[in-house]
Amino acid sequence: MSDALLTLKGVHTHIGPYHILQGVDLVVPRGGVAVLLGRNGAGKTTTLRTIMGLWQASQGAILFDNAEIQKETTPAIAQREIAFVPEDMGIFTDLTVHENMLLAARSGAIDKERLNWIFGLFPPLKTFWQSAAGNLSGGQKQMLAVARAIIEPRKLLLIDEPTKGLAPAIINAMIAALRELKEMQTTILLVEQNFSMARAVGDTVAVMDDGQIVYSGEMAELADDAELQEKLMGLSLEAHQ
Amino acid sequence: MMMKLLSGDSPRSKMLSAVLLLILFGLMFAPFLFPGTRSLDTAARICIFIVLVASYDLLLGYTGVVSFAHTMFFGIGAYGTALALVNMGASYSAIVLGTVCGALVAGAFAFVIALFSLRVKAIFFAMMTLAVASAFLVLISQLSGITGGEDGLSYRIPREMTPAFKLIKEKVLGVRLNGKLITYYVVFFSSLCLFLVLLRMVNSPFGRVLQAIRENAFRAEAIGYKVVRYRSVATILSAVMAALAGSLMAIWLRYTGPATTLSMDIMVDILLMVVIGGMGSMYGAVIGAVLFLLTQSYLQDLLGILQESLGSLPVVSDVVSPERWLLWLGILFICSIYWFPKGVVGRLRGT
Repeated sequence: MSDALLTLKGVHTHIGPYHILQGVDLVVPRGGVAVLLGRNGAGKTTTLRTIMGLWQASQGAILFDNAEIQKETTPAIAQREIAFVPEDMGIFTDLTVHENMLLAARSGAIDKERLNWIFGLFPPLKTFWQSAAGNLSGGQKQMLAVARAIIEPRKLLLIDEPTKGLAPAIINAMIAALRELKEMQTTILLVEQNFSMARAVGDTVAVMDDGQIVYSGEMAELADDAELQEKLMGLSLEAHQ
Repeated sequence: MMMKLLSGDSPRSKMLSAVLLLILFGLMFAPFLFPGTRSLDTAARICIFIVLVASYDLLLGYTGVVSFAHTMFFGIGAYGTALALVNMGASYSAIVLGTVCGALVAGAFAFVIALFSLRVKAIFFAMMTLAVASAFLVLISQLSGITGGEDGLSYRIPREMTPAFKLIKEKVLGVRLNGKLITYYVVFFSSLCLFLVLLRMVNSPFGRVLQAIRENAFRAEAIGYKVVRYRSVATILSAVMAALAGSLMAIWLRYTGPATTLSMDIMVDILLMVVIGGMGSMYGAVIGAVLFLLTQSYLQDLLGILQESLGSLPVVSDVVSPERWLLWLGILFICSIYWFPKGVVGRLRGT
């Protein structure tokens, strides 16, 4: 878990007239879970979307596996084995759970052993395997979104607020799933507002504010230092807990 | 076996299965069940339009691409076959060559249109196709030396496909077994095969990606699919299928002109058939084409009968006059869209 799989160097992103990312420097260590914290509107989602090429970085460099990817198209970035779970889950509601999973399986077929492992993590997906994804509950849709991202081994998972608006039982299932992925040395960049979730799975942490990284370090360090939490996230600390 | 033929896409409703079987057998035995030139012509048109509408649904219903150039591709196929028959004479090689060339030209045109306009927003793509289709219509009318202009082209087809050719002297079930019957079955089985190919396409991994793109192109890109490439391939395949349907029309009518293949009225008809049948379902194309063409062909007759029976009621009989058939056609379609917002197939499937 020493070298960096993903590095952002002075990344700027403009959306229309707005200057959202203002020189983001971020390192995601290989095989670990990096958590991106920050208040609403700090630029966390824009950071993930910029990594995926959904917004073009206007300045700076994004290095993935030692290759610059900031000029590449979204499909090309996805084909580098980066999976993205957006905040709105990004599932295809007209298609069945099975079809959603097949779309993500680049080889065209689903590995049965891996599918059984996913069913173990998220049992409702087995129950609703042939149902239209649009008929699933919010929590089940989130499970499907994460399951689709891990249907095949990926080098990097970008997950945007997977616990937003979910019931505690579903959040626990999500924490368990991320912990298992962590044990399998999967590299994850997790955007999260729920601090207990972030603390439960994160190895490293970066805090964003106004389009910049204002703190980065070990998660354990931040979790144990209430004063630092207050200083970094004072305005939004309650929302994180 | 049946499920394999249908590419695993069952109708998913007993009522829909029954209706589809009825249509299949109705068309298969149309010459014997509904003898007469007019009914045979309606049956052949239904077969051809099922392919044409299904190929349009591949684009609109499955990929979410709105195009107004579909009749242009239909026309290219028809003119390809017509020009080959005019210039090479009534031979099977002319039909094959004309059909293949028509399909290739349609595919090439579709590729160029896709290349230039699929990157822009949906509305601009729709406008672009409308402009190209209108320009093509004018071009065909202007190039009268080659295309026959507004008058179109009349030509001969191989003798074995004409009414003059008798397969056997005796009638079978009251029907003369002649070349026209052979042509009908060529149209029927070709349409059936093309429809099954389209069904296979939409139920393949390729079709699944198209549906994902229709729902959200950005999400599809984030999974790793090159949206423009998939949309382009769908546009080309849809154009090739429309051109093949156009070739069948050229063979069936032994005439090709702007009014029968390129007109914007046909484009509107195709749109109505897709919407009435149900978008995003190949079976919707079948139901839509059958309902629309039967109504278009027989509504006037029906109104005539109705007017006769209501002869004593002056105002009412005037309202149902056969001359007002277009008004009633419009009312029927408004009602069908109101009652079946997801199309007939959507309603029968209970979605």
